[in-house]
Amino acid sequence: MRFIKFLAVGVLFGITLTKAEVISWFRIYEMFRFQSFHMYGVIGSAVVLCILAVWFIKKSAFRSANGGVISMVDKEKGWIRYLFGGILFGLGWALTGACPGPIYILIGNGFTVFIIVLLSAVLGTFLYGLVKNQLPH
Amino acid sequence: MIIEFLSKPWPWYVAGPLITLTMILMLYFGKQFGVSSTLRTMCAIGGAGKVAPFFKFDWRGQLWNIAFVIGGLLGGFIASSFLENPEAIQLNENTISDLTQLGIQSPGETYLPESIFSWSNLFSLKGFSMLVLGGILIGFGTRYAGGCTSGHAISGLSNLQLPSLIAVVGFFIGGILSIHFLLPLFI
Repeated sequence: MRFIKFLAVGVLFGITLTKAEVISWFRIYEMFRFQSFHMYGVIGSAVVLCILAVWFIKKSAFRSANGGVISMVDKEKGWIRYLFGGILFGLGWALTGACPGPIYILIGNGFTVFIIVLLSAVLGTFLYGLVKNQLPH
Repeated sequence: MIIEFLSKPWPWYVAGPLITLTMILMLYFGKQFGVSSTLRTMCAIGGAGKVAPFFKFDWRGQLWNIAFVIGGLLGGFIASSFLENPEAIQLNENTISDLTQLGIQSPGETYLPESIFSWSNLFSLKGFSMLVLGGILIGFGTRYAGGCTSGHAISGLSNLQLPSLIAVVGFFIGGILSIHFLLPLFI
């Protein structure tokens, strides 16, 4: 039962991304060709509001539900893994029109062939785990 | 009445703030918003820890995120079952003509080009390679980069992390290269 709140937030996320057409392959194609403002509006407004929200949370004494201090983990320094990992992910994102969140949401929408994309993504993560120590980070 | 209103496509200025709300709620519940780590969790649940130390961790501590993505799946089901929009996606005219030239029928009438994303296409060489290669790149790339759109573009940028900005630039380099060079090989 303690997971039900996360399930509920997930439902909100799933409905939002479906209704705003963020899960649409066409919208992602349009975004990567810079032919529409829609996706930039979605991501841009979310990022700006999230920056303000995190700034406010840090500045105020806003606490989490169980009374703890809200903290965010800093990313490790460096650039190689971020740039090259990012490029590899971008290649897959444009091909399937889905980043990890939308993969799940698309399956829920009835596009069940995305089960194959999900399994392949799990396989990709597994392959990374195998070669992780041979890669520059 | 409300259902009819909600069934229309939601504009960007509704979706953006709701994504922000998602991130805030996760922080309020003591967790950081980021979807791609669920792929690693699934590897661990499947026993990958026996093969690679990267998967040797207590995945029970990550079940909250599995609950989140199951919620996402349910949200997709609810939206498509009860809030379906009968109209086509309002794509840019250039996008429609570009895609028509590529041989995709009536772009925007459904969420996806069904000629590509169908089980029957999966059994063709092109269809299979596109879906499997795309998935592998997503899974490998997100873990190499340490996050995806949610973990880097939303959580990381909101915390003013330079690595996340580099990752997002990478996402777009990859996406643009893919649209121009990789995608044409598969459709």
